[in-house]
Parts: sequence; C-alpha cells; structure tokens
Amino acid sequence: MSEHVLETERSGGLRGISDVLWRNPRLVIFLLLAPPALWLGIVYLGSLFALLAQSFFSIDEFSGLIQYELTLKTYRELFTPANFDIIVRTVVMSACVTIAAAIIAFPIAYFAARYAKGKWKALFYIGVMLPLWSSYLVKVYSWKLILAKEGILNWLFETLHLSWLLNAYLSIPVIGGNSLSVSATGTFLVFLYVWLPFMVLPIQASLERVPASMLEASGDLGASPRQTFRHVLLPLALPGVIAGSIFTFSLTLGDYIIPQIVGTSRRFIGQAVYSYQGTAGNIPLAAAFAVVPIVIMAFYLWVAKRKGAFDAL
Amino acid sequence: MTPAVRFKGVSRHYGSVRAVDEVDLSIAEGEFFAMLGPSGSGKTTCLRLIAGFDQPTAGEIVIFGENAGGVPPYKRHVNTVFQDYALFPHMNVLDNVAYGLMIAGVPKAERHKRAEGALELVALPGFGGRKPSELSGGQRQRVALARALINEPRVLLLDEPLGALDLKLREQMQEELKDLQRKLGITFIFVTHDQGEALSMADRVAVFNEGKIVQIGKPEDVYYRPEVPFVADFVGSSNVLPPHVVEKLAGKWAHASVRPEAVELIDAGLGADGLHATVHSTAFLGTATRVSLDLDGFSMVALLPKGARIPESGEQVHVKWSPEDLHLMDAA
Amino acid sequence: MRSDRAPLGLKIAAGAGLAFMHLPIVLIFIYAFTTEDKSYQWPPPGLTTKWLAVTWNRPDVWEALSLSLRVAAISTAIALVLGTLCAAAVSRSKFFGREAISLMVILPIALPGIVTGISLRSAFHLADIPFSFWTIVLGHATFCVVVVYNNAVARFRRTSGSLIEASMDLGADGFQTFRHVILPNISTALLAGGMLAFALSFDEVIVTTFTAGQQQTLPIWMLEELVRPRERPVTNVVAMMVALVTLLPILGAYYLTRGTDTVAGQGK
Repeated sequence: MSEHVLETERSGGLRGISDVLWRNPRLVIFLLLAPPALWLGIVYLGSLFALLAQSFFSIDEFSGLIQYELTLKTYRELFTPANFDIIVRTVVMSACVTIAAAIIAFPIAYFAARYAKGKWKALFYIGVMLPLWSSYLVKVYSWKLILAKEGILNWLFETLHLSWLLNAYLSIPVIGGNSLSVSATGTFLVFLYVWLPFMVLPIQASLERVPASMLEASGDLGASPRQTFRHVLLPLALPGVIAGSIFTFSLTLGDYIIPQIVGTSRRFIGQAVYSYQGTAGNIPLAAAFAVVPIVIMAFYLWVAKRKGAFDAL
Repeated sequence: MTPAVRFKGVSRHYGSVRAVDEVDLSIAEGEFFAMLGPSGSGKTTCLRLIAGFDQPTAGEIVIFGENAGGVPPYKRHVNTVFQDYALFPHMNVLDNVAYGLMIAGVPKAERHKRAEGALELVALPGFGGRKPSELSGGQRQRVALARALINEPRVLLLDEPLGALDLKLREQMQEELKDLQRKLGITFIFVTHDQGEALSMADRVAVFNEGKIVQIGKPEDVYYRPEVPFVADFVGSSNVLPPHVVEKLAGKWAHASVRPEAVELIDAGLGADGLHATVHSTAFLGTATRVSLDLDGFSMVALLPKGARIPESGEQVHVKWSPEDLHLMDAA
Repeated sequence: MRSDRAPLGLKIAAGAGLAFMHLPIVLIFIYAFTTEDKSYQWPPPGLTTKWLAVTWNRPDVWEALSLSLRVAAISTAIALVLGTLCAAAVSRSKFFGREAISLMVILPIALPGIVTGISLRSAFHLADIPFSFWTIVLGHATFCVVVVYNNAVARFRRTSGSLIEASMDLGADGFQTFRHVILPNISTALLAGGMLAFALSFDEVIVTTFTAGQQQTLPIWMLEELVRPRERPVTNVVAMMVALVTLLPILGAYYLTRGTDTVAGQGK
C-alpha cells in the first residue's frame, strides 16, 4: 500500500475553502452569525434604541415641535391622572385575560396531554394550532359579527328569553355598556378568544413532560386523584402556565386594534401610542408610552425566568 | 517499520480541564490496540484526535510517518465506528454504506456493488433497502462497521462500539471483530471502559486515567503485573494493600496488590498465620463466591472457588496468599 | 391513577374550550354567503354565492392580496436564510454571547407588536427612509426570523453532532456534508418554519400599519373595513379567503413535523 493515509497537499476550490473554515471554527461562527446579527442589530435593536432615545425628548407645547434635549419631562407626563389611568386599565385587562385564559386552557391542555391518544391527540393538537395561527383580524372580525346588536349572541339571548339577564349585566357600571360590542366585557371576550391558544400549548407541553409513572407513584403512595392533581400535576404544570401567561399578558398589553373595534371609548396603552404618534404628532410621549409595556414585560420575564418558565416554551 | 499512529507529547486542554495530558504513544501497523479507562479519562478524546474531530492543544500526532496537524478529518484515510453509530437517518442502509464512495465520486452501479460486498462482510446481505430505524442495535452496529470499512482505511477507530448491545450479542461481536481484524490486517484502535472486552480482544492495552496513560502493555501484563494501584484496581479489581500493611509483609514498597482469586481464607481456630479479618458480606456469583472482608479499617475482596467453605457474615477469619501472588509496585 | 377514561367534567370543559376556539371561525364561513348586506343580522335571511363573484371583480382586493403575497414571500425568504444561519451558529458551539443572540431573535416577537412597529417607524423617520414595499418587508422579516429559528434550532438539536463527524470521517468536506447530510436532515423543519413564517407575515397587521404608509396589504384592507364598515359582504368573503389561505401552511407545517419532538408552531 503506497497510498498516503493523510492528504497533506492543499486543495483548490470549495474543498480548499472548506479546509480553511475547518481550521478556523471561530471564523465559521462569525460567518454564520454576521448576517442575522447585523440584520437584527441594525434593523431591530437600532430602531428600539431610536425609540428609547425619542422618549427622552419632549414636545414644545406651543409650537408642537420636538425639542431634541434630554429630559424626563415626557415620562412625568405618563403619570398625569389621565395617562396613568390608561396604564392601570391596560394592566388590569391583561391580568384578567391571562387568568381567564389559564382557567379555560387548563382542561383542554390537560385532556390533550393525558387522555387524548392517537387520532384524538392529533385532532386536539390541530384544534389548538389552527386558531393559534389563523388570521388575527379574521378572529377579531368574527367577534364583531357575534357581538353585533343584530348578531348571534343577542339572538341567542332573545330566543332563550334571557334578554333581561343580558340587560341586567350590561347595566353594571365599568364592565357593562350600551351593548356588548361597546362594553369592556366585549373587549375582554375578544382578547380572551384571540390569545387563548397561546396559553394552551405551553401548558400542554409542560404536562406532557410529566411522566405517567410519576402520577402512578403518587397514587401508589396513597394520594387520591384530586390530591395527585393538587400536589404533583399542578406544581409541575406551573412553568407552562407562566410561559403561556407571558404571551397572553404581553399581547394584551400592546394591542391597539381590538379595543378600537370592540369596546368603550376608554383607551388602552396601544391606542395611546398609536394616536400620539399619529394624529397628535407627539412622538416623545408615544415613545414613552411604548416603554411602559417593555418595562412591565422585562419585569415579568425576569420573574418567569426565575420560576423556570423558559424550559416550557 | 513506521508506526501507524504516534503521539508525541499530545495534550488537549479545555480551559482548565486537562482531557488529555502529555500522552506519548506508538501503535504498530496491523495491531489491535485498546484504550481502556473510566469515563472522562481521556481515551475518547485521543480517538477523536486521531480521527481529526479535535485538535491537540500541544504535541504532535503522526499517522504513518506524516504529521496530522491541520489535516481535516475528510483528508485522513482513517475511519471511525461511532458509539451511537451515527447512521444517516435519511438514507437507506445501502446508501449509508456507499456514502464514502459517493463522496469519492465512484459511479452509482459500482459503489452499490461494493456496498453490497461490505454488507456481506458484516453478515448483513440483502439489508441494503432498509432504513436504519428499521434495524436492531446489533444490525446498526454492523452497518456502521461496513460503512467505516468501505473506504479501505489503514486505521479503523472504534468508539465503544459494543456499549449499547446486550451481553450475549456483545460477546459474539467481540469474536467477530477480532476475526475481521485478522482477516483485514489493518490497525484497529478500540476505545472501551470494559476491562474484560479490552483484555479479551486487544494485542495491547493502554490504561487511561485522568488524561494520562498509566500503563501500556499486553493484556496479561496489565492484568497480572499492574504498575500502579489504579491499574490493579480498575483492570483486575485487585486488592490494593496500603503501605503500612505492605511494609509488614514485604518491606519497603509503596504499594502491593493481590488478586481476589489468590486470597485464601482460613478458619480463625486453625492456626494464626496470615492477617486477621472479619467477614463483612458474601455474594454468590455462580462460578465462585465473592467475600468482602474487613481488615482493621481497610477492605479486601476474596473470590472463593466452588467447593470452598463459605464463611458467615461477621465470622473471624485469617487471610493469606502465596508470596508469588503478592504483586509489588513502587509507583504511587 | 392514570385511567384511560377521562372524568366527565374534564371532557365537557375540554370540549367546550375547543368549541369556544372554533365556532367563531365557522361563523365567518356562514356570513360569507349571507344575502344581508347592510347589517350583521343573525340568522342570515338567505344564502347566496353572489358575493364571491363581486369580490372576485374587485381590483383593490386583488392589489392588496398581491402585495401581501409578495411581502410574505420575500420576508419568508430572508427569514429562512437569517434564521437558519443563526440556528446553525447557536447549535454548533457554545460561544460567548450565545444567550444574547437567542434573546435578540426572540425579542421582536416577545415584545408587543406595537413596540416593534413604532420603533421601526421612528427609525425610518429619523433616517429619512420613505415608506415602500421594502419598509414592510424589513419589519416582517425581522419578526419572522424567530419562527424559522425555533424550528431549525429544534431540528439541529435532534440531529446528532456525530452525523456531521461521520460524514467528514468518510471524506466529505464541509460543503459536501452540508449538501448530503445537514440539508436533508433539516429540510422539513425549514419548510415547516418557512410556511409558518409565511402565514405570520401574510396575516400581520400591527407592525404593518406603522411601516406601510399608504400601501394596503390585505390585513390593512380588512382593518379599514373593520373600523369603518363600507362593504360588509366583500369583507365577509375576504375574511373567509384569508382564513383558508392561512389554513394550508399551518396544516402543511404540522404534517411535516409531526412525530418529532418539537412540532412546529408551538412558539408563535
């Protein structure tokens, strides 16, 4: 055998390039990372910083022009009663939507993870995936149809002779209104509907990671199904709930379309941002408003990370 | 004759971890060489250095007289059988085996013919159309072997190839591998943590511990004449006696070892020569019985043949062995 | 305790939850065929297919659809390249700043869309970039990267590193290994990620309102109809079409990745 065991001569072409890359693994990482890092760094982070910078400028009340001097004046404006009200309203709505979504999502996820098998499992999976990915606007639109005065929900109440109940509910201040489509309850229902699938999947994922033997062990040690649920399953599903809540909370926090289409005239953070940057032309205040959900989410993510929710994403 | 593989002061450090630490080694052509050691001892890293998956931080690896530094794995005519077999899941068995030939540009008809031949060599004729996921562990192992051999390497590297197989299959594969190596006449470098496997198959064994080779030699030497306590303990499960006991028995030696099967037990009542011990527990192993003993704070194991009297737990006995069974070591 | 029969209460709760998620969409399909054109009257006074023809002959709908499709196609292509590169780098080795990279990829989708939208808008404003097709693409590609990245990273993780080593061991250089081993192993994940990215972009409205200027993508067309309803029947039909168009990539992505550890679409 005269053939060399090692090919030590240099190669040309692609093989030559491959040799160079093989000798420089860091170069490979650099080449792989450069395009996405440049794109996200410049386009996204750059814009984000531009926004942050704007929030430290202020607007001249008389001329309406932006004054390019660093100031905290704009942030102070956030805490005027009218603006602070918007923030509180949005956070309360986000919290309500998140809690309701967790309550409705849990049985779906639990059933899909524990009991559904074979075909049923696939059906449940697609049953959650489809609403998750189907068009946001279509989903919102469907609720405009449902909640309309002449729509299916009112028709249902009438047919069942329960209109008095609906009217009694709508007469409650804060959550009621002239009709469901212009009430805070209507806004809540649409939010809940649109973001619910984002809660189901993480919970299902975390439940599926609980091995069946662990539940058998709990039963073996004398726990009733209820106790097993309370002491074993629920704590293990908690990271999934938190992971799901990141979505429902964040998405509600920043939405400006749903409250614009279904709900009262009281504004949410997203609407405030939209109107300040648009018709009002007060970009600094819009930017400062946009920082609010960032700060809230940063805090939320920090707590979630400490609870180990990211493993369930 | 040029050695197939030579390590000259080779080290591989990951940060402060010394995975391989100044190893010198020479493996002859046609040799069946085993690298034996516990996990994390550096044996697999050495194999990866030969294959070219990893680079030494210091030292030189010479393969058939040529420096392998900077030569990527695809330019080394050295092939590997991976621990997890690493069969390509998207290809059938025949394409898996023929992969090396396809890369080398061999026409389809010929490479398939040669791949069939390789499958016959590993006793899997006609399995070419299956997907790797449809094979049993032992069959995958053979496919991995055929795939590694198709390029006719001068050195075949095997990384714990039998680790995932059950005992019976493992013993059968040990024999087949040995036969194959004899038939092909190429160098096999075999990494394992199973001392029995290394001793029964290899021409020579290198015992690794903490990134260093602590002993290198023929299986009988490593087994009967360990040079350091680690080898005595890891390879032969020998009893390593501490210095104060050794000094009493043989004078100034650092350590000594006694193989468990060389240890005899005498009832405490029948004379007083030998060391005094208490029986801690016994375990029946089929061909023999293992007796764990407590000798004033250090423990020993005796392997009693069939027919010997088995003492009870807690019984007082005397322990002795023939002087030639006491193996003395001066290294620490 | 794991019996195969679910408690009745759980069955009802799970079934009701699923129904809650699907019935509203079913409603869209019914409304597309209603004869009523002035209100959202239920039950529909009659059924007709004439609105399909009306919608078909609307140039503004076609223009919006065409813009949406082009934006989604280009954004998906960019996201596929960037997401795959990023996933390859992250799963290839542990380098300094790896966590920061993952965070940067996820951020555009973790932060509310309005933040991304207004950030981009103020950046375009500061840099004097006029709104165009490309400003929409810029925004869409940015948040689509994460979908491709998630799918690719999961697959890279499943593809054992020894496959790449085995290929190189058998004589294949880096490029041959990519072509013969890496690409075939990640292709379905990329296809699934690409489909989901397409669906995401096709449907996006929040960021787009900030980056589109006067241009109308299909979701923006729909949003205007939602805020100020002018032609309800056409909107009904468009809503049905959008629901159908997003359905296909989702089912496709599911089909491609089923039976693997991580089914596509879990983290939108």
